[in-house]
Amino acid sequence: MSLVEVEEANPVMASAPIAPYNSSPLGNSSSPNASRESLKMEPLADVAMLPGEERVIDKDIIYICPFNAAVKGKVFITNYRLYFKNTDSEMPVTLDVPLGVISRVEKMGGASSRGENSYGLEITCKQLFAFLSQEKYEENGWNVYEAMEEYRRQGVPNSEWRVTFINKNYELCDTYPTILVVPYKATDEDLKRVATFRSRCRIPVLSWFHKENHAVIMRCSQPLVGMSGKRNKDDERYLDLIREANGTTKLTIYDARPNVNAVANKATGGGYEGDDAYQNAELVFLDIHNIHVMRESLKKLKDIVYPNVEESHWLSSLESTHWLEHIKLVLSGAIQVADKVSSGSSVVVHCSDGWDRTAQLTSLAMLMLDSYYRTLRGFQVLLEKEWIGFGHKFASRIGHGDKNHADQDRSPIFVQFIDCVWQMTKQFPTAFEFNERLLVVILDHLYSCRFGTFLYNCESARESNNVRAKTVSLWSSVNSDTSLYINPFYTPESSRVLYPVASMRHLELWVTYYIRWNPRIQHQQQSPVEQRYKELLVLRDQYLKKLEELQLSDSAPSSTHLTNSSTPNAATPNQRITHLQTPF
Amino acid sequence: MLSLGSVGAKSTKPSFVSYVTPEEIKLEKEPPKKLKHPDLLPGEVEFCSANPILKYTQDDLSQRGVFGTLFCTNFRITFISDEKSQEETTKTFKNKLYGENDIPLMFVDHIYGVYDEKRKLITGALVKNKYPSKIIIHCKDLRVFQFCLTYTKEEDAKKIFQGIAHHCLEEKSLKCVFAFSYTGTPSPEMQRKRETILFDSPEDWTQEMKRTKANCRLVTENENFELSQRLPKYFVIPSALGDLFSYQGKGFPIWCWSHYSGCALFKASLPPVTQEDGDFQKHFDIMINAVAHNYLYSAKTEDLSESLPTIQDIQQSYNKFKQFFLIENSTDFWLSDMKWFSSLESSGWLDIIRQCLQKAVEVVECLEKDNTNVLITEEEGTDLCCVISSLVQIMLDPYYRTLMGFQSLVQKEWVAGCHAFLDRCNHLHQKDKECYSPVFLLFLECVWQLVQQHSPAFQFSETYLTVLSDSVHMPVFSTFLFNSAHHRESVLKHQRQLSLPSTAFKTPFKKGFFKDETDSLKKMLRVKRLSRWMGSPDSTAAISREFYESWQQRPLDYHGLLLPCLDGPAVRVWMQRYLRWIPEVHILGGGSVAVMTKLMELLSQVQDLKRVLEQRDSSQAAKPDHRPYIQHRLLSFGSSGRLPSSFPFAYSRNRSFKPIIPTGLMQCLMLTDSLASQEDEASSFVSLV
Repeated sequence: MSLVEVEEANPVMASAPIAPYNSSPLGNSSSPNASRESLKMEPLADVAMLPGEERVIDKDIIYICPFNAAVKGKVFITNYRLYFKNTDSEMPVTLDVPLGVISRVEKMGGASSRGENSYGLEITCKQLFAFLSQEKYEENGWNVYEAMEEYRRQGVPNSEWRVTFINKNYELCDTYPTILVVPYKATDEDLKRVATFRSRCRIPVLSWFHKENHAVIMRCSQPLVGMSGKRNKDDERYLDLIREANGTTKLTIYDARPNVNAVANKATGGGYEGDDAYQNAELVFLDIHNIHVMRESLKKLKDIVYPNVEESHWLSSLESTHWLEHIKLVLSGAIQVADKVSSGSSVVVHCSDGWDRTAQLTSLAMLMLDSYYRTLRGFQVLLEKEWIGFGHKFASRIGHGDKNHADQDRSPIFVQFIDCVWQMTKQFPTAFEFNERLLVVILDHLYSCRFGTFLYNCESARESNNVRAKTVSLWSSVNSDTSLYINPFYTPESSRVLYPVASMRHLELWVTYYIRWNPRIQHQQQSPVEQRYKELLVLRDQYLKKLEELQLSDSAPSSTHLTNSSTPNAATPNQRITHLQTPF
Repeated sequence: MLSLGSVGAKSTKPSFVSYVTPEEIKLEKEPPKKLKHPDLLPGEVEFCSANPILKYTQDDLSQRGVFGTLFCTNFRITFISDEKSQEETTKTFKNKLYGENDIPLMFVDHIYGVYDEKRKLITGALVKNKYPSKIIIHCKDLRVFQFCLTYTKEEDAKKIFQGIAHHCLEEKSLKCVFAFSYTGTPSPEMQRKRETILFDSPEDWTQEMKRTKANCRLVTENENFELSQRLPKYFVIPSALGDLFSYQGKGFPIWCWSHYSGCALFKASLPPVTQEDGDFQKHFDIMINAVAHNYLYSAKTEDLSESLPTIQDIQQSYNKFKQFFLIENSTDFWLSDMKWFSSLESSGWLDIIRQCLQKAVEVVECLEKDNTNVLITEEEGTDLCCVISSLVQIMLDPYYRTLMGFQSLVQKEWVAGCHAFLDRCNHLHQKDKECYSPVFLLFLECVWQLVQQHSPAFQFSETYLTVLSDSVHMPVFSTFLFNSAHHRESVLKHQRQLSLPSTAFKTPFKKGFFKDETDSLKKMLRVKRLSRWMGSPDSTAAISREFYESWQQRPLDYHGLLLPCLDGPAVRVWMQRYLRWIPEVHILGGGSVAVMTKLMELLSQVQDLKRVLEQRDSSQAAKPDHRPYIQHRLLSFGSSGRLPSSFPFAYSRNRSFKPIIPTGLMQCLMLTDSLASQEDEASSFVSLV
């Protein structure tokens, strides 16, 4: 018998998709876990397995539950997960952890066979399960995002903006997607020259276009100004072309970094756009800290919620992690970007390399400005475009299949972004088509390696590893059962800009994500209000159906024109009422 | 309510003694021409007014505002804008208790004067001399008003300032409270809804005993307050207690509520020992015995003055806490945003709430799990005893989670139960701050925590609680005006000979000596008599944690036992009450209001459909045209789509679609950490350059 402790470290374990302790005596009926329901498991012996999943090890062990005493049971390790089930029947305890989410295995005690287990874990982590999975879904999630389609939806290309294929072989910039939108007046030669002056050749390209006032959000990396304060006429002219496109008097450049950091970056060849060189631009620093600060912040947060939630000094402990302050800074940066764009001025957003803070800012601003991204589909497009397409380094930041858990490249930037989105959904509970569960599932599979969606650092790497062909997209799974992820309160409002309040008064810790495995935190499947609302929806549909039947029997028996209104769609009650009124 | 027009309010003979001299009233009768006047309530009289006064708008920093007239009446301070009445413009909701620019005199918490850029707290002494250029009024419902006096005539400015300061800050007699001048009669609608049990008759108590199957004894001997003026007119005691008059001056175990098992909760005042120790012990033994006799001869007691903060602690904590919400401008708001969480914590207010809830859970555990009688004691027996006993009843008895049940509980434990509202709320601005403490508010706070954790278990909403917390200071009601049942009766009987509340009612001075004595006594008692006392705080916390967890593992029944989660993140700030007037935090079209609106919308649709179906059923042939009705309903909700999150309290006016951008961000996050200055990709970057 061996003693194994799965050390829940870092963001990783806080985000284990399955609560390691199932507090309900009724089994999994009240389990908070969302992803389990979306799994289509095949029962195989004791453990339900995914298609493509294979058992590697099973053994009797004692699990030392951090919340309760030790539990005797059986552990199974497959090529996807570690699964534990207790053998004492009194209280069911299950532990179901995809190997991808295990950040660290620590040895403890003096039991002799522990090494065997940890060895097994290390091996399997390197074999990313996503490539072995044989799950089948009706829809192919890899087709959710088509760059051209999305730009066309925005109203691009047009007389001011053109699509360029200069990067079709990733020759201009290996971390950018193949399709880029640039000012109409900028030639491909211009782009090449600008690329020499931007860190990692990440030139300013269009992220979002405002249909009414034609203002744009551009994203890029820092200019290579260096200690000597180098200038580049092409870069300067290029930024001016962006400004001119809709007649913006002064182009606003949002540098996500704190001023001091931007200055310090000059020492390593980077820097920021100086006043002299870019006379028609104003530079605003948004004071958002770097990936290392964010990593440490989340680590501190983990310390105050695991294994026990700090009680008497909860608030000051929470404050000392600075996590919510960072959220506040990111949100208020995005608010400034969105505000500037909606007032008609074009903006350029960058940080150092333009794949962490920049992605946070542009995608949050787009979420505020464009209601399309607040739909279930649109949000997937947003992630595919701003994060996956533009090369947020998922592999480096998360460390998929990498055993070096102390890697300095790891950082929960994407988790932080999803947290910001969650804060927005909390403040505007009717503005988003998707619910909290989607956000949790996204984060679960950010670590789980079950889907190919968040694998690799950029599009070129995904292409060379044939991710689209060899793995399943997370969106295949999500879109095959959308009812799980629909917010019943959603009210589409197309023209509305959504400004959250970036004040500590409103920001709160995402307890249902960070502390969901704690048995003391109440796991409510859905809020009581939501439950009541759904009940009412059912009741309304019943009444409507009854009324329709009555009307059908009133009118000529052959009339069938009402049948199409009985689709169980919750989102548009008003339409249905009016629709129903016509035959009156 | 305030919008009701008043007919001839000024001509009726005032039934109160005014502080204003006849000259002032005379002046008032010849107001400057074109001056708009407030709609006075029946019995409301204007004292003085001044024009033009600039009222600063709170929405922005620019020190802009509206000009208008400031009035002071015997009921309120009110401001009427010179501009076109803003009242009627697109208002979808309004406060029935008071208007946007009304400050009932009892709402005034503090007044600050700005003299040559310096802010000073106005006290009696400052009033005589100069008048300030600007007055800032902090209200008990946490509104902040700022009026500029420099545009008006010096004489008027002085008069209005002195009038306001006098009527709001000076110690006054109870008869000057507006409730005694108010001549309005309750509307028939209000009279009809008298389902709340007032507990002012023997029948009410008998009924309550019947409802909970209590086996106790109703005491009617105090009908004329012969037993004690600090005790309710009628109350219930354990049936084993002997001759009441022999215990005069000592506490009685007063019955609060009976558990279905038969055990019951009692409360008692435990006055500081003045008698011989033996005498005290004898009396205490008799009390415990009587309580234990109620069911299976088991009893636990808990001295709340020992295990919970004192009323002075509560007041100090709340004083600190409320400061974080009395925001005068944007700069202050964003400055205080940085240390928000630690500020909250330093006030200790949330911790006091947690402690009270924790204590209530412990008592609930005794009743529910151990089926033991419980006696909670306290010096007065009418402060924390009320908090804990009310909370216990709400957790155990679903009746008290209905609106009428809750109001009956407030009547039973607080109003009939002789909580000293007048002293605790300091309605009369007495200088003696010893007795001032927001105990009732603390109770509402605890209830709010339960409501926000288990909203479907309650018939009332948080908005009800917020309005109730305001109503305490609303002098058109007399519910929360008195110190005890006796006090209420004597005041209402002899309205002509009003006197200040007797000093005998004040909190006795605490002496360490007595406390120590009682401590040792209890230790003896514990060994001698009682089956089990509540253990030390540490062990009880662990035990009740277990109790909570086992409750939590059962499926939640909203009509059964209800326990609060007391973990750090679970105890929260009552956002609606505390943040409702701060424009910076209003979310336009967001907040829980947005969801509630959707719910109401759907509910009305369902009801309409139901009605249509019923109509069709009843009159198949007639085919009534119900279309306009449905459309009407839909329209009325369509316009409410963008309510501010502060609904139904504050408006966010002039707020177009401009976001509020936090200021002073950098100051909050000056990280000196070496990590902060690190490069994101330091290692690989150099090679590229």
